[in-house]
Amino acid sequence: MKTNSKKFEPRIVGFLCNWCSYTGADLAGTSRMKSAPNLRIIRLMCSGRVDPSFILRAFQLGADGVLVLGCHPGDCHYQEGNFKALRRVLLLKRILREFGVDERRLRLEWVSAAEGEKFAKVSSEFTEEVRALGPLHLETGVLTQFQGEELPTQEVAA
Amino acid sequence: MKVTIDGRITEVPKGTTILQAAKLLDIKIPTLCYHPLIKPFAACRVCVVETKTRWGDELVPSCQTACRDGMVVNTSNEHVLKARRFILEMMLARWPNVPILRKYAEEAGLKTPRFTSALKDERPDACILCGLCVRACDEVVGASAISFADRGIQRHVSTPFNLESEECIACGACAMVCPTSHIKFEVEDYKGKTPEFLLGPNTAIYVPTLQSVPRVPVIDAESCIHFKTEGCQKCVEACEPHAINHEMKDEEIELEVGQVLIATGFDAFDPTPMAQYGYGRLDNIYTGLDVERMLNATGPTGGKILLKNGQAPRAVGILHCIGSRDENHHRYCSRVCCMFALKFSHLIKERTQGEVYNFYIDMRAFGKGYEEFYSRVLHEGANVIRGKVAEVVQAGWSKRDEGTLLIRCEDTLIGRFREIPVDMVVLCNAIEPRRDAEQVGRLFGLSRSPDGFFLERHPKLDPVATTTDGLFVAGCAQGPKDIPDSVAQASAAAARMLATIAKGAVEIDPVRAEIDELYCSGCRICNALCPYKAIDYIEDKNVSRVNMPLCKGCGTCVAACPAGAITGSGFTDKQVYAELEGVLSV
Repeated sequence: MKTNSKKFEPRIVGFLCNWCSYTGADLAGTSRMKSAPNLRIIRLMCSGRVDPSFILRAFQLGADGVLVLGCHPGDCHYQEGNFKALRRVLLLKRILREFGVDERRLRLEWVSAAEGEKFAKVSSEFTEEVRALGPLHLETGVLTQFQGEELPTQEVAA
Repeated sequence: MKVTIDGRITEVPKGTTILQAAKLLDIKIPTLCYHPLIKPFAACRVCVVETKTRWGDELVPSCQTACRDGMVVNTSNEHVLKARRFILEMMLARWPNVPILRKYAEEAGLKTPRFTSALKDERPDACILCGLCVRACDEVVGASAISFADRGIQRHVSTPFNLESEECIACGACAMVCPTSHIKFEVEDYKGKTPEFLLGPNTAIYVPTLQSVPRVPVIDAESCIHFKTEGCQKCVEACEPHAINHEMKDEEIELEVGQVLIATGFDAFDPTPMAQYGYGRLDNIYTGLDVERMLNATGPTGGKILLKNGQAPRAVGILHCIGSRDENHHRYCSRVCCMFALKFSHLIKERTQGEVYNFYIDMRAFGKGYEEFYSRVLHEGANVIRGKVAEVVQAGWSKRDEGTLLIRCEDTLIGRFREIPVDMVVLCNAIEPRRDAEQVGRLFGLSRSPDGFFLERHPKLDPVATTTDGLFVAGCAQGPKDIPDSVAQASAAAARMLATIAKGAVEIDPVRAEIDELYCSGCRICNALCPYKAIDYIEDKNVSRVNMPLCKGCGTCVAACPAGAITGSGFTDKQVYAELEGVLSV
């Protein structure tokens, strides 16, 4: 079969919590489940560690979509980190809209350590969704103005 | 006090009755209305003995007469026997066929009684009005549900007005003490179960299992007489080291521990919802555990395989994979069923000589020596049919087949539908997670795998630890497994815990948060966020500080700090940015 080199392959960054989602992704792997290869996983101890600036930086560096995966509500290894992630992601979606970034490019999902299947499904589905949205061209966008070490998100929003 | 009984001298404490003293000397005196746990009544006079007094030989009831110092007693000379014969003669006139009276009469040398009574009761289990039951119910049980009614020749034992009594607690004490078995204790029948299964232990105080640790008896508060009437306590009197205490209550004990091994075991799948197999609906259908109980030599049937009607089954069907390997219930394999089914086949065949049919999906004899056992059972003549049973129905259209069960299944190896008549069906029900596994998981912060069992840290490299340090899993709490596997896993877990104890120190993850007080503005956002309250606010410096031993390193505060003053070691902003650059560079 000839591969189509023109076909758009979205670049997706996934922030996975160490206890549930990362283990779930591992399970998907050890269970030999098929999922989209577009996801680039970054392991964090908790989804509560996901600083909104990580997500913005990912978009700035050329990601077409960002997936944040955490434990199911009530199952957080650190009691409630996933709720904090939920708060931040919901707020960040509003800000993304103001940047002109489609909020569907950011998604938060709960994947437990046992849900290898769900991980494979979510990552593949999200890849297809982002593929349908097309590439995110931020080179001309507002985010490129900030190349510094810190991203002053509040000022950008204002 | 010294007493002489039948020429033998013994020393007894004050207050001992002649009967008790005789018992110490192994001299047998017949008794009817006497029971060691009940106060003497001296109604029957069968225990009569002769004592020597200043004014001649006196006949006294031995159950009620206390020993005096220097007393001389004769229990079986002609004087005593003559009196005893006469007493028994009178009783036999009214109750000629009661075995215990006839036995005593024979012992006393009575051939044929001379008298006859108009009130003759020829039943061998006639009531001889000894009153043991009445006194047991009153003194021991404290219920006073039965008593003597009427007088003279009308005297009989009865409940008030001969009606069903609310005072009766169905303890069976009266039936137990009755010397003629006039009072009988009947257990109500229960469909599908032998009465033995329902009865459970037949006393209120028993050793739970012979293997229990510590091996001490327990009191079943539901059947113990004391908890119903506040009476009895006979076990307290009987227990010489005074080890029985009815006042004990369940108590919660708080222990401070550093490590926990979760070995909460499993629940057996309840096959009642699988109506096609008739468990609980049809007779003679048992689960694996029921049969295990039946096969046990100390079990209710003494190790015999019996049908409800008390006969041995002619054919037994063993159904594998009930609730396991089943899309509608549990998808996993329970791992132990094939082997216990083969064990049942072997034992049932050995004990009943009947036919045994195994209905299996796949025979999984994977362990050491298991395959050899499988072929041995096959050579013994057990039938194995590859196919899942469709249903078990009541057969028995003819008188001969009454009560027989019919197993309908497809034999996939010959490709035909089969109907096999059996007398008994054994359902090899699945192992499933305990019903409180979710609460236990929440309590310890444990993850569970899709099948509901607790998740180990790594399926291959760390099968005994969990993702939380100091928490280990073993046995069926982690997944279905047989005894050798459970023992291996539990030993491994114990060794791992001991290793930590022996080391004397605990290694903690270096992933911690740290606040750079130079940049901290004292906004206190992080203080409220920390789920472990590990961040203290230092008022005089107007900064927050991380309490290192409490910090678990989740990083929530790091992400929230508006000043970027907190660094999460191992996951600093710089590291994550570098990672992002790396993953997005291609």
